[in-house]
Amino acid sequence: MPNVIDINRPGTGNLHKLLPSQGLALNRTQLDLTDVHYTVAGKQILSKVNLALHAKGITAIMGFNGAGKSILLKVMHGIVSPTRGSVHWNKEPTNAEHRLQQAMVFQKPVLLRRSVKANIDFVLKQRKSFAPATRNALLARVGLDEKYHVPARLLSGGEQQRLALARALACRPSILFLDEATASLDPASTAIIENIVHEQAVAGTKIIMVTHDAAQAARLADYIVFMDAGTITEHNPSHHFFAAPDSQAAKAYLDGRLFHHDS
Amino acid sequence: MQESAINIAVNLITQGDPDLYEIIGLSLRVSLSSVALSLIFGLTLGAALATGQFRGRAVLNIIINALMSMPPVVVGLLVYLALSRSGPMGWLGLLYTPTAMIIAQTFLITPLITALSRQVIEDLYLEYKEQFASLRLTQSQRIKALLWDARYSLSTVALAGLGRALSEVGAVIIVGGNIEHLTRVMTTAIALETSKGDLALALALGMILLGLALLINILLSSLNLSARRQAYA
Ligand SMILES: Nc1ncnc2c1ncn2[C@@H]1O[C@H](COP(=O)(O)OP(=O)(O)OP(=O)(O)O)[C@@H](O)[C@H]1O
Ligand SMILES: [Mg+2]
Repeated sequence: MPNVIDINRPGTGNLHKLLPSQGLALNRTQLDLTDVHYTVAGKQILSKVNLALHAKGITAIMGFNGAGKSILLKVMHGIVSPTRGSVHWNKEPTNAEHRLQQAMVFQKPVLLRRSVKANIDFVLKQRKSFAPATRNALLARVGLDEKYHVPARLLSGGEQQRLALARALACRPSILFLDEATASLDPASTAIIENIVHEQAVAGTKIIMVTHDAAQAARLADYIVFMDAGTITEHNPSHHFFAAPDSQAAKAYLDGRLFHHDS
Repeated sequence: MQESAINIAVNLITQGDPDLYEIIGLSLRVSLSSVALSLIFGLTLGAALATGQFRGRAVLNIIINALMSMPPVVVGLLVYLALSRSGPMGWLGLLYTPTAMIIAQTFLITPLITALSRQVIEDLYLEYKEQFASLRLTQSQRIKALLWDARYSLSTVALAGLGRALSEVGAVIIVGGNIEHLTRVMTTAIALETSKGDLALALALGMILLGLALLINILLSSLNLSARRQAYA
Protein backbone atom coordinates (compact mmCIF):
# COMPACT_ATOMS: atom_id res chain seq x y z
CA MET A 1 0.00 0.00 0.00
CA PRO A 2 1.60 3.27 -1.05
CA ASN A 3 2.09 6.04 1.41
CA VAL A 4 -0.28 8.87 0.67
CA ILE A 5 1.69 11.66 2.24
CA ASP A 6 2.05 14.99 0.57
CA ILE A 7 5.37 16.17 1.88
CA ASN A 8 5.19 19.30 -0.22
CA ARG A 9 2.21 20.60 1.64
CA PRO A 10 3.21 23.95 3.15
CA GLY A 11 3.56 24.05 6.92
CA THR A 12 4.01 20.34 7.27
CA GLY A 13 7.63 20.67 8.33
CA ASN A 14 10.25 18.07 7.59
CA LEU A 15 9.12 15.53 10.15
CA HIS A 16 7.21 13.42 7.69
CA LYS A 17 10.18 13.00 5.43
CA LEU A 18 12.10 11.55 8.31
CA LEU A 19 9.25 9.72 9.92
CA PRO A 20 6.45 8.90 7.55
CA SER A 21 3.52 7.15 9.16
CA GLN A 22 3.48 3.48 8.27
CA GLY A 23 0.41 3.83 6.08
CA LEU A 24 -1.98 1.13 7.18
CA ALA A 25 -4.07 -0.33 4.44
CA LEU A 26 -7.03 1.82 5.23
CA ASN A 27 -10.57 0.78 4.62
CA ARG A 28 -13.55 2.95 5.08
CA THR A 29 -13.92 1.96 8.68
CA GLN A 30 -10.75 1.41 10.54
CA LEU A 31 -11.67 0.65 14.12
CA ASP A 32 -14.66 -1.31 15.34
CA LEU A 33 -15.54 -1.86 18.95
CA THR A 34 -18.31 -4.41 19.31
CA ASP A 35 -20.23 -4.80 22.57
CA VAL A 36 -17.20 -3.90 24.65
CA HIS A 37 -17.54 -4.22 28.42
CA TYR A 38 -14.88 -3.68 31.00
CA THR A 39 -15.26 -4.57 34.64
CA VAL A 40 -12.60 -4.23 37.28
CA ALA A 41 -12.86 -4.93 41.00
CA GLY A 42 -16.60 -5.56 40.61
CA LYS A 43 -17.06 -2.17 39.03
CA GLN A 44 -18.49 -1.81 35.54
CA ILE A 45 -16.35 0.83 33.87
CA LEU A 46 -17.32 0.33 30.24
CA SER A 47 -20.61 -1.11 29.17
CA LYS A 48 -22.12 -1.92 25.79
CA VAL A 49 -19.63 0.15 23.86
CA ASN A 50 -20.29 -0.11 20.14
CA LEU A 51 -18.23 2.23 18.08
CA ALA A 52 -17.04 2.42 14.50
CA LEU A 53 -14.35 5.00 13.99
CA HIS A 54 -13.59 6.52 10.64
CA ALA A 55 -10.30 5.71 9.04
CA LYS A 56 -9.05 9.23 8.72
CA GLY A 57 -9.07 12.46 10.59
CA ILE A 58 -9.30 13.37 14.20
CA THR A 59 -11.78 11.91 16.63
CA ALA A 60 -12.09 13.58 20.02
CA ILE A 61 -13.48 11.71 22.99
CA MET A 62 -15.17 13.91 25.56
CA GLY A 63 -16.99 13.35 28.79
CA PHE A 64 -17.01 13.98 32.52
CA ASN A 65 -14.19 12.94 34.83
CA GLY A 66 -14.44 9.23 35.48
CA ALA A 67 -16.62 8.58 32.43
CA GLY A 68 -14.18 5.91 31.23
CA LYS A 69 -12.36 7.81 28.49
CA SER A 70 -8.85 6.76 29.47
CA ILE A 71 -9.88 3.14 29.87
CA LEU A 72 -11.62 3.22 26.49
CA LEU A 73 -8.45 4.57 24.89
CA LYS A 74 -6.41 1.79 26.49
CA VAL A 75 -8.86 -0.83 25.29
CA MET A 76 -8.63 0.53 21.73
CA HIS A 77 -4.85 0.63 22.02
CA GLY A 78 -4.83 -2.99 23.13
CA ILE A 79 -3.13 -2.58 26.48
CA VAL A 80 -6.29 -3.31 28.44
CA SER A 81 -8.30 -6.36 27.43
CA PRO A 82 -12.05 -5.89 27.52
CA THR A 83 -13.94 -8.23 29.82
CA ARG A 84 -16.36 -8.85 26.98
CA GLY A 85 -16.62 -7.76 23.36
CA SER A 86 -14.03 -7.25 20.70
CA VAL A 87 -11.80 -4.71 19.03
CA HIS A 88 -11.23 -5.03 15.30
CA TRP A 89 -8.94 -3.11 13.03
CA ASN A 90 -9.93 -3.19 9.40
CA LYS A 91 -12.34 -6.02 10.19
CA GLU A 92 -9.56 -8.15 11.61
CA PRO A 93 -8.85 -8.84 15.26
CA THR A 94 -5.91 -6.69 16.38
CA ASN A 95 -2.69 -8.37 15.34
CA ALA A 96 0.98 -7.72 16.00
CA GLU A 97 1.37 -5.59 12.91
CA HIS A 98 -1.54 -3.34 13.84
CA ARG A 99 -0.21 -3.04 17.33
CA LEU A 100 3.17 -1.77 16.18
CA GLN A 101 1.45 0.96 14.17
CA GLN A 102 -0.13 2.54 17.21
CA ALA A 103 1.31 4.90 19.74
CA MET A 104 -0.18 6.53 22.80
CA VAL A 105 0.55 9.53 24.98
CA PHE A 106 -0.77 8.81 28.46
CA GLN A 107 -2.61 11.22 30.68
CA LYS A 108 0.31 10.96 33.11
CA PRO A 109 3.40 10.58 30.95
CA VAL A 110 5.78 7.82 32.01
CA LEU A 111 9.32 8.61 30.95
CA LEU A 112 12.37 6.43 31.27
CA ARG A 113 14.87 7.42 33.93
CA ARG A 114 17.21 8.65 31.26
CA SER A 115 18.04 11.85 29.46
CA VAL A 116 15.59 13.50 27.11
CA LYS A 117 17.66 12.36 24.16
CA ALA A 118 17.92 8.78 25.44
CA ASN A 119 14.15 8.56 25.81
CA ILE A 120 13.73 9.15 22.09
CA ASP A 121 16.73 7.06 21.07
CA PHE A 122 15.32 4.13 23.00
CA VAL A 123 12.21 3.98 20.84
CA LEU A 124 14.00 4.71 17.57
CA LYS A 125 16.45 1.88 18.29
CA GLN A 126 13.67 -0.46 19.28
CA ARG A 127 12.01 0.27 15.94
CA LYS A 128 15.35 0.01 14.16
CA SER A 129 14.99 3.50 12.77
CA PHE A 130 17.60 5.31 14.80
CA ALA A 131 19.35 8.27 13.23
CA PRO A 132 20.56 11.32 15.14
CA ALA A 133 18.85 13.58 12.57
CA THR A 134 15.50 11.91 13.25
CA ARG A 135 15.81 12.36 16.98
CA ASN A 136 16.94 15.94 16.61
CA ALA A 137 14.02 16.74 14.34
CA LEU A 138 11.57 15.18 16.80
CA LEU A 139 12.94 17.10 19.75
CA ALA A 140 13.07 20.32 17.76
CA ARG A 141 9.46 19.78 16.72
CA VAL A 142 8.27 19.73 20.33
CA GLY A 143 10.59 22.54 21.35
CA LEU A 144 12.93 20.47 23.49
CA ASP A 145 16.08 20.90 21.46
CA GLU A 146 17.87 22.69 24.26
CA LYS A 147 17.23 19.93 26.78
CA TYR A 148 18.97 16.96 25.15
CA HIS A 149 20.96 15.98 28.19
CA VAL A 150 18.51 16.88 30.93
CA PRO A 151 17.20 13.83 32.84
CA ALA A 152 13.66 13.41 31.55
CA ARG A 153 12.22 13.29 35.04
CA LEU A 154 13.60 16.72 35.85
CA LEU A 155 11.56 18.31 33.07
CA SER A 156 8.50 20.35 33.96
CA GLY A 157 5.11 18.68 33.61
CA GLY A 158 4.41 20.32 30.28
CA GLU A 159 7.87 19.49 28.95
CA GLN A 160 7.37 15.88 29.98
CA GLN A 161 4.13 15.79 28.02
CA ARG A 162 5.85 17.21 24.96
CA LEU A 163 8.62 14.64 25.27
CA ALA A 164 6.02 11.89 25.55
CA LEU A 165 4.45 13.16 22.32
CA ALA A 166 7.82 13.22 20.55
CA ARG A 167 8.40 9.65 21.70
CA ALA A 168 4.99 8.60 20.39
CA LEU A 169 5.81 10.19 17.02
CA ALA A 170 9.07 8.24 17.00
CA CYS A 171 6.91 5.10 16.70
CA ARG A 172 5.72 6.36 13.30
CA PRO A 173 2.12 5.60 14.24
CA SER A 174 -0.73 5.12 11.81
CA ILE A 175 -3.02 5.61 14.79
CA LEU A 176 -2.08 8.03 17.52
CA PHE A 177 -3.90 8.04 20.86
CA LEU A 178 -3.63 11.19 22.93
CA ASP A 179 -5.01 11.26 26.45
CA GLU A 180 -5.31 14.92 27.42
CA ALA A 181 -1.98 15.63 25.79
CA THR A 182 -2.29 19.38 26.27
CA ALA A 183 -3.76 19.32 29.76
CA SER A 184 -0.79 20.92 31.50
CA LEU A 185 0.62 22.97 28.65
CA ASP A 186 0.90 26.71 28.34
CA PRO A 187 -0.82 28.37 25.35
CA ALA A 188 2.32 28.39 23.21
CA SER A 189 3.03 24.72 23.84
CA THR A 190 -0.62 23.87 23.28
CA ALA A 191 -0.41 25.58 19.90
CA ILE A 192 2.71 23.56 19.04
CA ILE A 193 0.97 20.31 19.96
CA GLU A 194 -2.21 21.21 18.11
CA ASN A 195 -0.14 21.99 15.03
CA ILE A 196 1.61 18.65 15.24
CA VAL A 197 -1.68 16.84 15.69
CA HIS A 198 -3.18 18.61 12.71
CA GLU A 199 -0.09 17.91 10.63
CA GLN A 200 -0.11 14.23 11.50
CA ALA A 201 -3.79 13.95 10.65
CA VAL A 202 -3.27 15.63 7.29
CA ALA A 203 -0.42 13.26 6.61
CA GLY A 204 -2.75 10.30 7.11
CA THR A 205 -2.35 9.38 10.76
CA LYS A 206 -5.62 8.64 12.50
CA ILE A 207 -5.83 10.68 15.71
CA ILE A 208 -7.95 9.61 18.64
CA MET A 209 -7.71 12.14 21.40
CA VAL A 210 -9.30 12.70 24.77
CA THR A 211 -9.75 16.33 25.70
CA HIS A 212 -11.73 18.46 28.11
CA ASP A 213 -10.99 21.54 26.04
CA ALA A 214 -14.14 22.09 23.98
CA ALA A 215 -12.55 24.89 21.99
CA GLN A 216 -9.67 22.60 21.12
CA ALA A 217 -12.01 19.80 20.10
CA ALA A 218 -13.94 22.24 17.93
CA ARG A 219 -10.71 23.49 16.35
CA LEU A 220 -9.23 20.08 15.62
CA ALA A 221 -11.70 17.26 15.62
CA ASP A 222 -13.73 15.92 12.73
CA TYR A 223 -15.81 13.69 14.98
CA ILE A 224 -16.76 13.77 18.63
CA VAL A 225 -17.46 10.73 20.75
CA PHE A 226 -19.22 11.63 23.97
CA MET A 227 -19.05 9.28 26.92
CA ASP A 228 -21.06 9.19 30.08
CA ALA A 229 -20.74 6.65 32.89
CA GLY A 230 -19.00 4.05 30.76
CA THR A 231 -21.29 4.28 27.75
CA ILE A 232 -21.16 6.16 24.48
CA THR A 233 -24.02 8.62 24.36
CA GLU A 234 -23.21 9.99 20.96
CA HIS A 235 -20.81 9.91 18.06
CA ASN A 236 -21.32 12.80 15.69
CA PRO A 237 -19.48 15.11 13.34
CA SER A 238 -17.90 17.89 15.31
CA HIS A 239 -19.99 20.72 13.82
CA HIS A 240 -23.17 18.82 14.63
CA PHE A 241 -22.02 18.06 18.17
CA PHE A 242 -21.10 21.63 19.00
CA ALA A 243 -24.16 23.13 17.33
CA ALA A 244 -26.62 20.84 19.08
CA PRO A 245 -25.52 17.73 20.92
CA ASP A 246 -27.97 14.84 20.83
CA SER A 247 -27.55 13.67 24.40
CA GLN A 248 -28.60 15.40 27.61
CA ALA A 249 -25.28 14.49 29.20
CA ALA A 250 -23.35 16.23 26.44
CA LYS A 251 -25.58 19.31 26.73
CA ALA A 252 -24.89 19.47 30.44
CA TYR A 253 -21.17 18.97 29.85
CA LEU A 254 -20.95 21.77 27.32
CA ASP A 255 -22.95 24.07 29.57
CA GLY A 256 -20.55 23.35 32.39
CA ARG A 257 -23.16 21.57 34.49
CA LEU A 258 -22.79 18.25 36.23
CA PHE A 259 -25.17 15.71 34.84
CA HIS A 260 -27.44 13.78 37.19
CA HIS A 261 -28.68 10.42 36.15
CA ASP A 262 -32.32 9.59 36.66
CA SER A 263 -31.59 6.06 37.76
CA MET B 1 49.88 -6.18 75.43
CA GLN B 2 46.80 -4.67 73.73
CA GLU B 3 48.70 -1.61 72.72
CA SER B 4 51.66 -3.51 71.32
CA ALA B 5 49.26 -5.74 69.37
CA ILE B 6 47.81 -2.66 67.77
CA ASN B 7 51.30 -1.38 66.93
CA ILE B 8 52.27 -4.68 65.39
CA ALA B 9 48.98 -4.78 63.49
CA VAL B 10 49.61 -1.34 62.03
CA ASN B 11 53.13 -2.38 61.09
CA LEU B 12 51.85 -5.52 59.39
CA ILE B 13 49.53 -3.41 57.29
CA THR B 14 51.93 -0.58 56.47
CA GLN B 15 54.91 -2.81 55.78
CA GLY B 16 52.98 -5.05 53.46
CA ASP B 17 53.25 -8.33 55.36
CA PRO B 18 53.01 -11.05 52.67
CA ASP B 19 50.88 -13.43 54.78
CA LEU B 20 48.44 -10.66 55.57
CA TYR B 21 48.09 -9.59 51.97
CA GLU B 22 47.77 -13.16 50.77
CA ILE B 23 44.80 -13.58 53.06
CA ILE B 24 43.26 -10.28 51.96
CA GLY B 25 43.81 -11.22 48.32
CA LEU B 26 42.09 -14.55 48.70
CA SER B 27 39.19 -12.97 50.61
CA LEU B 28 38.60 -10.48 47.84
CA ARG B 29 38.96 -13.12 45.14
CA VAL B 30 36.46 -15.47 46.77
CA SER B 31 33.96 -12.76 47.65
CA LEU B 32 34.10 -10.89 44.35
CA SER B 33 33.79 -14.13 42.38
CA SER B 34 30.79 -15.27 44.36
CA VAL B 35 29.13 -11.87 44.06
CA ALA B 36 29.73 -11.91 40.30
CA LEU B 37 28.19 -15.37 40.00
CA SER B 38 25.32 -14.44 42.31
CA LEU B 39 24.62 -11.39 40.17
CA ILE B 40 24.32 -13.55 37.07
CA PHE B 41 21.86 -15.91 38.75
CA GLY B 42 20.19 -13.39 41.04
CA LEU B 43 19.51 -10.69 38.47
CA THR B 44 18.17 -13.21 35.97
CA LEU B 45 15.91 -14.79 38.53
CA GLY B 46 14.97 -11.46 40.10
CA ALA B 47 14.03 -9.97 36.73
CA ALA B 48 12.03 -13.07 35.81
CA LEU B 49 10.17 -12.97 39.13
CA ALA B 50 9.50 -9.24 38.81
CA THR B 51 8.23 -9.24 35.23
CA GLY B 52 7.10 -12.77 34.47
CA GLN B 53 3.62 -14.21 34.55
CA PHE B 54 4.34 -17.83 35.25
CA ARG B 55 2.95 -20.50 37.48
CA GLY B 56 4.62 -20.91 40.85
CA ARG B 57 5.88 -17.35 40.97
CA ALA B 58 4.43 -16.71 44.43
CA VAL B 59 5.84 -19.97 45.77
CA LEU B 60 9.25 -19.20 44.32
CA ASN B 61 9.15 -15.80 46.02
CA ILE B 62 8.49 -17.41 49.39
CA ILE B 63 11.29 -19.94 48.87
CA ILE B 64 13.76 -17.23 47.92
CA ASN B 65 12.84 -15.19 50.96
CA ALA B 66 13.25 -18.24 53.18
CA LEU B 67 16.64 -19.03 51.61
CA MET B 68 17.74 -15.47 52.23
CA SER B 69 17.57 -15.99 55.96
CA MET B 70 19.35 -19.34 55.89
CA PRO B 71 22.28 -19.34 58.37
CA PRO B 72 25.67 -19.47 56.63
CA VAL B 73 26.75 -22.56 58.58
CA VAL B 74 23.77 -24.46 57.22
CA VAL B 75 24.63 -23.42 53.67
CA GLY B 76 28.22 -24.46 54.39
CA LEU B 77 27.06 -27.80 55.70
CA LEU B 78 24.89 -28.53 52.66
CA VAL B 79 27.66 -27.61 50.23
CA TYR B 80 30.06 -29.69 52.34
CA LEU B 81 27.76 -32.71 52.06
CA ALA B 82 27.54 -32.26 48.31
CA LEU B 83 31.29 -31.86 47.82
CA SER B 84 32.60 -34.34 50.38
CA ARG B 85 34.24 -37.47 49.03
CA SER B 86 31.12 -39.59 49.52
CA GLY B 87 28.79 -36.81 48.29
CA PRO B 88 27.27 -36.53 44.81
CA MET B 89 29.92 -34.06 43.67
CA GLY B 90 32.73 -35.68 45.59
CA TRP B 91 34.50 -36.84 42.42
CA LEU B 92 35.27 -33.22 41.56
CA GLY B 93 37.69 -33.06 44.48
CA LEU B 94 36.69 -29.50 45.29
CA LEU B 95 36.34 -29.69 49.05
CA TYR B 96 38.83 -27.45 50.87
CA THR B 97 39.62 -25.37 47.79
CA PRO B 98 38.80 -21.72 47.07
CA THR B 99 36.37 -22.98 44.43
CA ALA B 100 34.36 -24.73 47.14
CA MET B 101 34.27 -21.46 49.07
CA ILE B 102 33.06 -19.59 46.00
CA ILE B 103 30.33 -22.19 45.48
CA ALA B 104 29.18 -21.95 49.10
CA GLN B 105 29.13 -18.16 49.07
CA THR B 106 27.30 -18.10 45.76
CA PHE B 107 24.57 -20.23 47.31
CA LEU B 108 24.53 -17.94 50.29
CA ILE B 109 24.32 -14.67 48.37
CA THR B 110 22.19 -15.54 45.36
CA PRO B 111 18.92 -15.55 47.36
CA LEU B 112 19.80 -12.15 48.82
CA ILE B 113 20.55 -10.65 45.41
CA THR B 114 17.49 -12.30 43.89
CA ALA B 115 15.13 -11.01 46.54
CA LEU B 116 16.53 -7.48 46.62
CA SER B 117 16.76 -7.10 42.86
CA ARG B 118 13.27 -8.51 42.40
CA GLN B 119 11.98 -5.79 44.71
CA VAL B 120 13.90 -3.05 42.90
CA ILE B 121 12.88 -4.25 39.43
CA GLU B 122 9.29 -4.86 40.41
CA ASP B 123 8.87 -1.33 41.78
CA LEU B 124 10.22 0.14 38.56
CA TYR B 125 8.20 -2.25 36.41
CA LEU B 126 5.00 -1.18 38.12
CA GLU B 127 5.74 2.32 36.89
CA TYR B 128 6.85 1.36 33.37
CA LYS B 129 4.46 -1.48 32.62
CA GLU B 130 1.75 0.37 30.71
CA GLN B 131 4.28 2.38 28.76
CA PHE B 132 6.18 -0.78 27.83
CA ALA B 133 2.94 -2.40 26.72
CA SER B 134 2.15 0.66 24.63
CA LEU B 135 5.56 0.55 22.98
CA ARG B 136 5.08 -3.18 22.36
CA LEU B 137 8.39 -4.11 23.93
CA THR B 138 9.31 -7.78 24.00
CA GLN B 139 10.05 -9.45 27.32
CA SER B 140 13.80 -9.24 26.77
CA GLN B 141 13.59 -5.57 25.73
CA ARG B 142 11.65 -4.89 28.90
CA ILE B 143 14.17 -6.63 31.11
CA LYS B 144 17.11 -4.92 29.45
CA ALA B 145 15.52 -1.49 29.91
CA LEU B 146 14.59 -2.22 33.52
CA LEU B 147 18.07 -3.45 34.42
CA TRP B 148 19.61 -0.38 32.86
CA ASP B 149 17.25 2.11 34.46
CA ALA B 150 17.59 0.42 37.85
CA ARG B 151 21.36 0.28 37.62
CA TYR B 152 22.00 2.53 40.59
CA SER B 153 19.75 0.59 42.92
CA LEU B 154 21.07 -2.68 41.55
CA SER B 155 24.65 -1.59 42.27
CA THR B 156 23.68 -1.07 45.86
CA VAL B 157 22.24 -4.58 45.84
CA ALA B 158 25.57 -5.88 44.57
CA LEU B 159 27.42 -4.00 47.29
CA ALA B 160 25.11 -5.43 49.94
CA GLY B 161 25.99 -8.88 48.59
CA LEU B 162 29.69 -8.08 48.71
CA GLY B 163 29.39 -6.90 52.29
CA ARG B 164 27.67 -10.12 53.26
CA ALA B 165 30.27 -12.25 51.44
CA LEU B 166 33.29 -10.49 52.93
CA SER B 167 32.04 -10.66 56.48
CA GLU B 168 30.77 -14.22 56.33
CA VAL B 169 32.70 -16.91 58.23
CA GLY B 170 30.46 -19.95 58.81
CA ALA B 171 30.14 -21.27 55.27
CA VAL B 172 33.71 -20.69 54.11
CA ILE B 173 35.26 -22.30 57.18
CA ILE B 174 33.24 -25.50 56.69
CA VAL B 175 33.93 -25.98 52.98
CA GLY B 176 37.33 -24.27 52.89
CA GLY B 177 38.80 -25.64 56.07
CA ASN B 178 40.85 -22.51 56.82
CA ILE B 179 44.03 -24.02 55.40
CA GLU B 180 47.04 -21.73 55.55
CA HIS B 181 48.17 -20.36 52.15
CA LEU B 182 45.26 -22.13 50.51
CA THR B 183 41.82 -21.34 51.88
CA ARG B 184 42.47 -18.93 54.71
CA VAL B 185 40.46 -15.75 54.34
CA MET B 186 40.11 -12.70 56.57
CA THR B 187 37.21 -13.85 58.71
CA THR B 188 38.49 -17.39 59.24
CA ALA B 189 41.98 -16.09 59.99
CA ILE B 190 40.61 -13.66 62.58
CA ALA B 191 38.69 -16.47 64.27
CA LEU B 192 41.77 -18.72 64.35
CA GLU B 193 44.37 -16.13 65.36
CA THR B 194 42.16 -14.79 68.13
CA SER B 195 41.67 -18.27 69.55
CA LYS B 196 45.45 -18.82 69.36
CA GLY B 197 46.02 -15.52 71.14
CA ASP B 198 47.85 -13.93 68.18
CA LEU B 199 45.97 -10.72 68.39
CA ALA B 200 48.24 -8.68 66.10
CA LEU B 201 47.34 -10.47 62.87
CA ALA B 202 43.69 -10.72 63.93
CA LEU B 203 43.60 -7.00 64.63
CA ALA B 204 45.30 -6.09 61.38
CA LEU B 205 42.76 -8.15 59.47
CA GLY B 206 39.96 -6.69 61.54
CA MET B 207 41.07 -3.18 60.63
CA ILE B 208 41.18 -4.04 56.95
CA LEU B 209 37.75 -5.62 57.16
CA LEU B 210 36.38 -2.55 58.90
CA GLY B 211 38.01 -0.35 56.28
CA LEU B 212 36.38 -2.38 53.51
CA ALA B 213 33.00 -2.14 55.22
CA LEU B 214 33.47 1.60 55.47
CA LEU B 215 34.48 1.80 51.82
CA ILE B 216 31.39 -0.16 50.76
CA ASN B 217 29.20 2.20 52.75
CA ILE B 218 30.83 5.26 51.25
CA LEU B 219 30.25 3.78 47.80
CA LEU B 220 26.63 3.08 48.71
CA SER B 221 25.88 6.60 49.79
CA SER B 222 27.69 8.19 46.87
CA LEU B 223 25.70 5.95 44.52
CA ASN B 224 22.49 7.06 46.20
CA LEU B 225 23.56 10.64 45.99
CA SER B 226 24.43 10.63 42.33
CA ALA B 227 21.30 8.65 41.49
CA ARG B 228 19.18 11.21 43.26
CA ARG B 229 21.01 14.13 41.71
CA GLN B 230 20.32 12.75 38.27
CA ALA B 231 16.71 11.93 39.18
CA TYR B 232 17.22 8.27 38.52
CA ALA B 233 16.30 7.32 42.06
N1 LIG C 1 -8.05 -0.34 38.39
C1 LIG C 1 -9.21 0.26 38.69
N2 LIG C 1 -9.95 -0.18 39.73
C2 LIG C 1 -11.12 0.40 40.04
N3 LIG C 1 -11.64 1.42 39.37
C3 LIG C 1 -10.96 1.90 38.32
C4 LIG C 1 -9.71 1.35 37.92
N4 LIG C 1 -9.26 2.03 36.87
C5 LIG C 1 -10.19 2.97 36.61
N5 LIG C 1 -11.21 2.90 37.48
C6 LIG C 1 -12.41 3.74 37.50
O1 LIG C 1 -12.94 3.76 36.20
C7 LIG C 1 -13.56 5.00 35.94
C8 LIG C 1 -13.10 5.53 34.60
O2 LIG C 1 -11.74 5.89 34.68
P1 LIG C 1 -11.00 6.69 33.52
O3 LIG C 1 -9.61 6.91 33.95
O4 LIG C 1 -11.22 5.99 32.24
O5 LIG C 1 -11.82 8.06 33.54
P2 LIG C 1 -11.66 9.30 32.54
O6 LIG C 1 -12.92 9.40 31.76
O7 LIG C 1 -10.41 9.20 31.79
O8 LIG C 1 -11.62 10.50 33.58
P3 LIG C 1 -10.72 11.85 33.57
O9 LIG C 1 -11.43 12.85 32.75
O10 LIG C 1 -10.73 12.25 35.00
O11 LIG C 1 -9.37 11.49 33.08
C9 LIG C 1 -13.23 5.89 37.11
O12 LIG C 1 -14.36 6.01 37.93
C10 LIG C 1 -12.13 5.16 37.85
O13 LIG C 1 -12.24 5.38 39.23
MG1 LIG D 1 -8.63 10.10 31.82
